[in-house]
Amino acid sequence: MVWKIFLFLLLAFVCVAGIAFPIVPDPHAWYQFPLIPGLKENAKIIFFHVPTAWLSVIAFLMSTIYSIKYLRKKNLDDDAKSYAAAQLGIIFTILATITGAVWAKFAWGAFWSWDPRQTSIFALLLIYGAWFALRSSIESEEKRATLSAVYSIIAFLTVPFFVFIMPRIMRGLHPGSLGDSNSGPVIDFKMNANMELIFFLSLIGFTILYFWMWNIGYKSIILKDRINKHSIRE
Amino acid sequence: MNFSAYALYKKDFHSELRTRYAINSLVMFIIVAISVILFSIGNEKITQSLTDGLFWVVIFFSAMSGLARAFVSEEERGTSLTLHLIASPSTVFSGKLLFNLILVFCMNIIIALLYAALFDSFIIRNFALFTVAFILGNIGLAVASTIIAAIISKAGAKGTLYPVLSFPILLPLILTSVQLTLLSNQGASFADAKVELAIVFCYDVIMLTASYMLFDFVWKD
Repeated sequence: MVWKIFLFLLLAFVCVAGIAFPIVPDPHAWYQFPLIPGLKENAKIIFFHVPTAWLSVIAFLMSTIYSIKYLRKKNLDDDAKSYAAAQLGIIFTILATITGAVWAKFAWGAFWSWDPRQTSIFALLLIYGAWFALRSSIESEEKRATLSAVYSIIAFLTVPFFVFIMPRIMRGLHPGSLGDSNSGPVIDFKMNANMELIFFLSLIGFTILYFWMWNIGYKSIILKDRINKHSIRE
Repeated sequence: MNFSAYALYKKDFHSELRTRYAINSLVMFIIVAISVILFSIGNEKITQSLTDGLFWVVIFFSAMSGLARAFVSEEERGTSLTLHLIASPSTVFSGKLLFNLILVFCMNIIIALLYAALFDSFIIRNFALFTVAFILGNIGLAVASTIIAAIISKAGAKGTLYPVLSFPILLPLILTSVQLTLLSNQGASFADAKVELAIVFCYDVIMLTASYMLFDFVWKD
């Protein structure tokens, strides 16, 4: 119970600090953020956009890990864990897409411009969509678990191409892309110590929140399955 | 590749020659797709990058219309149980992959020839680069679509699901191949296209390894 209150306070602090702390050219006080050339006031999105994008990949990774586990042990609980992770993953992917598009409107002048990063997150959305479409098309539980596990592993193998390779070979607008000289907080942290601190606090807070939601999610899926089987038997 | 995989390929090849279903429908699909593009362009002069993009659009949808047959036909005819008895999963996969590879190569050579004949802006300036990129791209396309076809056939042969499942998997390959085709049409050298070629090659190796490892799970019920 204590950690839930702690998590609430942490996320509340991150939200207030991330939105309210001012950005100044030369920071002196502990609550001031430095000015990153090329990003300016827009830099504050890093406290909310990066954790959601990070979690959309983490959720996909966990979904794949539990898919591998299912294929090894054939335990349907692992399939429920993988499913719960993917359900949260698609929510965080949509959040990352929306926050990114809103940021892009102010930083680049358009909501969508097929930057390599935007292409990758779009592909991630497509993968999640296809995965749920595949799951809904199969009746038998074991078959659904096996086939969706195989698909999720194959789909995960394409992630390195999107996340790491594409933005490096294509010229893009996103901070950290090829040809980006002044604003690269994703690669080399041009943030000062307190900005980094709040960024990592936000990352930790959102990750804990994700694991909590995932825990509740997969337990409810397993219970629902058990109740369904029970009512069929009677 | 062992002998029984070749036997399996020969079986598919002979049953294909008897009906000529895949070949006929694929050739007609290619002609229809290219003529739709030609009609919609009209007398417009289109740029090179657009032509190369459309080239891969036709390849993707032709592959989606033809390649699912390999496994779906076994399920439809109810012969997959016999295959279970006579061959190991990796042999079955090798045989089907060989058939799909040859189908993809025939299909894409036809598309490339038609494009070269019909589109003014489709001029290959570095033929060696185009050939290497074309071969690597075709292998990747065949491997990825064969394993997805296996998944689809077990999921009850849902026709509309095939492109939906394949597109995100093929997207890195298609994006890089469009880039490579554009580079070869602009006459770039091998050194300019080094990174793209490496990506396509990695994609082929990764997909081939993963397909062989995962096919057992798909094939055994």
